[in-house]
Order: sequence, then C-alpha cells, then structure tokens
Amino acid sequence: MTVAVFFGCTFIAFGPAVALFVFTIARDPLRVIFLIAGAFFWLVSLLLSSLVWFITVQISNKNSATQQTGLLIFGVVLSVLLQETFRYGYYRLLKKANEGLLALSQEDTMPISIRQLAYVSGLGFGFMSGAFSVVNILSDSLGPGTVGIHGDSQHYFISSAFMTLAIILLHMFWGVVFFESCERQRWWALGAVVLSHLVVSCVTFVNPHYQGSLIPTYIILSVMAAWAYLCAGGSLRNLKLCLTCKDKDFLLANHRPR
Amino acid sequence: MADHVENAVNNVSSDGTEAHRHTETSPGRTEVELNGQPPTARPPQVLTDTEEDEDEELTLKYGAKHVIMLFIPVTLCMVVVVATIKSVSFYTQKDGQQLIYTPFREDTETVGQRALNSMLNAFIMIGVILVMTMVLVVLYKYRCYKVIQAWLFFSNLLLLFFFSLIYLGEVFKTYNVAMDYLTLALIIWNFGVVGMICIHWKGPLRLQQAYLIMISALMALVFIKYLPEWTAWLILAAISVYDLLAVLCPKGPLRILVETAQERNETIFPALIYSSTMVWLFNMADSAETRNNSSHPVPEQENQVAVAPTAQPEDDGGFTPAWVDQQQHQLGPMQSTEDSRRQIQELPSARPPPEEDDEERGVKLGLGDFIFYSMLVGKASATASGDWNTTLACFVAILIGLCLTLLLLAIFKKALPALPISITFGLVFYFATDNLVRPFMDQLAVHQFYI
Repeated sequence: MTVAVFFGCTFIAFGPAVALFVFTIARDPLRVIFLIAGAFFWLVSLLLSSLVWFITVQISNKNSATQQTGLLIFGVVLSVLLQETFRYGYYRLLKKANEGLLALSQEDTMPISIRQLAYVSGLGFGFMSGAFSVVNILSDSLGPGTVGIHGDSQHYFISSAFMTLAIILLHMFWGVVFFESCERQRWWALGAVVLSHLVVSCVTFVNPHYQGSLIPTYIILSVMAAWAYLCAGGSLRNLKLCLTCKDKDFLLANHRPR
Repeated sequence: MADHVENAVNNVSSDGTEAHRHTETSPGRTEVELNGQPPTARPPQVLTDTEEDEDEELTLKYGAKHVIMLFIPVTLCMVVVVATIKSVSFYTQKDGQQLIYTPFREDTETVGQRALNSMLNAFIMIGVILVMTMVLVVLYKYRCYKVIQAWLFFSNLLLLFFFSLIYLGEVFKTYNVAMDYLTLALIIWNFGVVGMICIHWKGPLRLQQAYLIMISALMALVFIKYLPEWTAWLILAAISVYDLLAVLCPKGPLRILVETAQERNETIFPALIYSSTMVWLFNMADSAETRNNSSHPVPEQENQVAVAPTAQPEDDGGFTPAWVDQQQHQLGPMQSTEDSRRQIQELPSARPPPEEDDEERGVKLGLGDFIFYSMLVGKASATASGDWNTTLACFVAILIGLCLTLLLLAIFKKALPALPISITFGLVFYFATDNLVRPFMDQLAVHQFYI
C-alpha cells in the first residue's frame, strides 16, 4: 500500500496497452477517434448490463448471500454477452461508415482499413474494460491500509494488475479475430471468441485462488495472440524476417538500410 | 458572436458566474455564417466531381485532425480540473457561500422545497445569461466595440490575477508550502501580465492556448465550488437547451449576432474562443481591435466577481475585420461563430484555397464549452461515490459528444452548438454510472470477478 505498489500495478496493468497506443495509434487522428468510440461502445454495453443486474437485485432477496452471488454471476455472463453483442454492433457501424466514406470519396483506398479498425476498436474496448476494472483499486492502493487484514489474499493488487493486463490484451486480440471472422463469415470463429471471453470471465469466479484463474487466462491469452497474429496476416516467415531485420518492405518503408 | 459575448459575460462573472456562463454556455451557437454567401458547403457547380470527392476525402482527414485538435485541449482542461478537485480540498468544501446569481439555498427541509429552489436558481442563471447575450447583441449592433473590449479586458484581469491568486494560495495550503508575499507577488504578477499579453495581444500560440485552458479550468473550479448540487446539474441541462435554442432558432440571440457579423463582414472577437491555429493573426494587421487569436477569456463584467473568462462573445467575437476578410478570402463561405463558445470552425471542403490551407485553418471552440465540459467532469469526480469510474465515463461521453458535434458540423457546415450533445451524454452517463454501474463494479471488485 504505497506509491511503489501504485506505480508498479499501474505499469503492469496499462504498460503494454499505453505503449501500443503511443506507438501505433497516437499519431493518427482517425485511429484515436475510433479508439474512443470503441471505448464508448464498451461503456454502453456495461451500462445496459448493470441496469439489468440492478433490476434483478432490486427484486430479489437482499439478505441471501448465495442468491446475491448467483445474481452477480448472472450479471457477469450477461455482461460478457452484451459486450460481444456491442462489438458486433460496432463492427456493423464501422462497415456502414466505411462504405459511406468509400462511396463519398470515390477513391480506391480508404483512409483506414477494416483490420486497423479491428485492432483499434479492440484496444478501445480493452482500455475501457481495464480502466473500469482496476482504476478504483489503484487509487485505493495509494492510500494507507493493510492488504488482506481480514484473512483475504495478500496478493490482491498484483493479481488484479496482471488480470487487467490480460483482459486488455485479450480484448485487442478478440477484436481482431472477431472482425476477421465477421469479414470472412466464419461463424465458428465468432463463437470461439465469445466462448473464450466467457471462459476467461468465469475462470475468475475461483478468485482468490489465483493459480486457477490467472494461469488459464494467460494460456487463453497466448492462444488468442497467435490466432490474432495469423488473422492479421502474420506468419512464421514474416516473424522470422522481422526479427532478423530482413523484411525488405518494412525496411524500405522505414528508410533503413539493410 | 453574441454568444461569445454572452458567454463572456457568463464566464466572466465569477461571482455572477451566470454571466459568464451565459455567454460561454450558449451552447448552441451554431454559426451558420457564411459571411453573406449562400450556405452551401461546397460550390456545387464549380467543382468537378473529382474535386468534390477529393474535398470530401480531405474534409474527412482534416475533420479527424480537427477533432483531435480539440480533444487535446478539452482533455487537458478536464485533467487540470480533476487533478485540482482530487488534491485541493478547497474546491469541494461548501462553506455556505453562493453566487449572487443563485440566491436560493438548497439546505431546505423538504425535498420538494429543494427541488423548487434549485429550479429557481437555474432559471435565474439562464435569465441572466439571456440578458447578457441581449446586451451583447445590442452593443454589437450599435458598434460599441470598445465597451466590449474593455469588458473582456477587465474580465480577464480579474480571472488572471485574482482567481489564480486564490488558486495558488489553496494549492500551497494543500501541500504545506511556505511562501513569502514577495515571491508570490512576483509569480502572480508575471503570470497575469503574460496572460493578458498573450490573450489580448500577441503571443506564442501554445502559450495562448495554455492560458485559455487555465482560465477555463479556473472558471470551472469556481462554478464547482459555488454552485449547490442540484442547481449545478440543472444549470448544465438548462444551458444545453438554451444553447440549442439560441444558436438554431431564427430569432436566437446568438444567431442574430452571427448574422449581424456576417452582414457587416466583420469578425467576431475571438476573445472567448480557443483556436488551434494562429494563421489569421498575421493577416489581421489592420485590425484595431484586440486580436484574440485564440479563445479569449470572456470579458468579465465588473460587478461579477467570478469571471468566467470563457469565451465571452465580445461584440466582435474577437474576430477582427482583417481576420474576417482573410477568412473570406481563404475560405469562401465563412462560418463566423459569434458564439464564442461554440466556435467550432470546420473549414468547409469546398473552398477555393488549396488543401494546405485546410491544415492551417484549424478549429475553434468557445471557452464556455471548455468550462462546462470541465465543470461536468469535475463535479463527477467531486461528488460521485463511484469515483474514478464515473469520471472516466463522463470523460468518454463528453469526448464522443464533441466528436458527434464535429461530425454534424462537417455535414451541415454551419455553426452548431457544442454543448447539447456532449452535456446530454455526460449527464446520462454520470447518473447511470453513479447509480447503476458503481454498485455492479463494486460487487465485482469485492469478489474479484472480471467481465
């Protein structure tokens, strides 16, 4: 419960996401706008799911703890489904907007491709999801206190930070895979994305047994990372070329001599 | 322009924050001015199809750039306000004092009485703003530019010296920093004088923008401190409606102001307008009026203590005639936004000037808009029990509202009120997040469930 914990957890949770933002999105105004619009869509989905949860809580028995936990689980599942629905809605909106822009401009190339939009919107969802999950916890970690004084886990902050990191990156990968599967009409891939999101959320029900929740989450994260990389057009060959600085197109584009 | 002046009035009067707010808040000043030219966004028959398409594409690209050019100062202003609210407790303490424009108290016995009092407060505030706008329109119609300039000057003076002194004092108190009066006087004197020079005369663009942001933040903080709870929310809602009407209705004061400016082919004082470029400054050599290249704080009225220097629409709106001429020459149909608040100037795509002019044209947004956006987010961070979640939600909502407003601006190519959409989203998200999302997220955090 110190400044060190605060900064440590903040950088763990948001470091990669902010780095991605600064290096790939911040320069292009269109991407920033779509990122914020993605965040907005996630927010609306959260609002709706909170509304439904709130209503169910109001009409339920407030004294029964099991019922409240059951309702919370229901709320989580509903929220995940709504998030994916809004991701699909955002995809449709972007498609329409893109078509409109293309028709208006009558140019062959669009200012931003659907793949970039997938990445940006996924990151937008991730930023908002991560922020809502962890910002209050971070601000509490700045102040005085003792972690787990009532017998709860001592690793609350660090596990929250790692979980948030996973969620943010997962949202980004889900976005890429989701949009790609919508483009190619591969509905099984869509279902897989929704299913993996559900699995990740449901796995957190075993918290504070963090080995039961963090490990599966990170396994799913690596799988989704590989899948998103393949969807975005990457391959082993590309990876090798990039890492050994032999990728001529990339070098040419960046004016660096081989 | 009238909007600006009014905004200026609204903004300027810190005590009478209403005055300031009015001018500033006139959300709706859509400036549809096309300086005497037909309100078509692009020259229909002149350009060929490809040119039109290219213009459209460029409009999109430059539109996105303009949106970001406004996102950044709005975000900075909000960050300053939220950081101050979170650290300096002075601005969240209610010491019983209220502005003279909100005479009714809210610590009443019954809820009904409280609701009535806050509605009366909001009503009075809007009334004051309306009166200020009318005064501005009248002053402008009868060409009393000097009066408006003096008004703006004194408003800024009050804001830059008096309010920043109070702010600095409170910051020192919070962090227990000891400072002697001599150093303090030196700091405040330099800050104030440089601010006055930057805003009313010439200065580096970034410095000018920084001063405008600081002034808007100071005004928003004053509003947050001195407006009682329900009154503040009601005023936000009412100002949005007022802005919408004032800018879009044919007989709205802001619209009259803008049209008058267009008829005379004059520029409105950009006193209360935040501008992202200074390109007109150098061309407005012959303007005798103060060139407020960027948003000028709204001129404060003498009797108003709290000056909301936010874009008070001076008669001129800060656009000197030279600037207007240059605009006209460059842009063709000019959208002069009298509403200082709202001056969101998208350069229309169908313009004779080449593309690079688009980049230099930049966008304008009235300081009143800054003030009210920051006030909403500041209140969200001050009073919401959901704390950071509510603040974040309101922040995103306001940015999206601004984005939509700019999109509409690009589509309709006339001056539009910047307050309604953003404030509506902000209010909806504030109340929804505070009451619905917060308990849900709290429960999730307790169990460490992730969605």
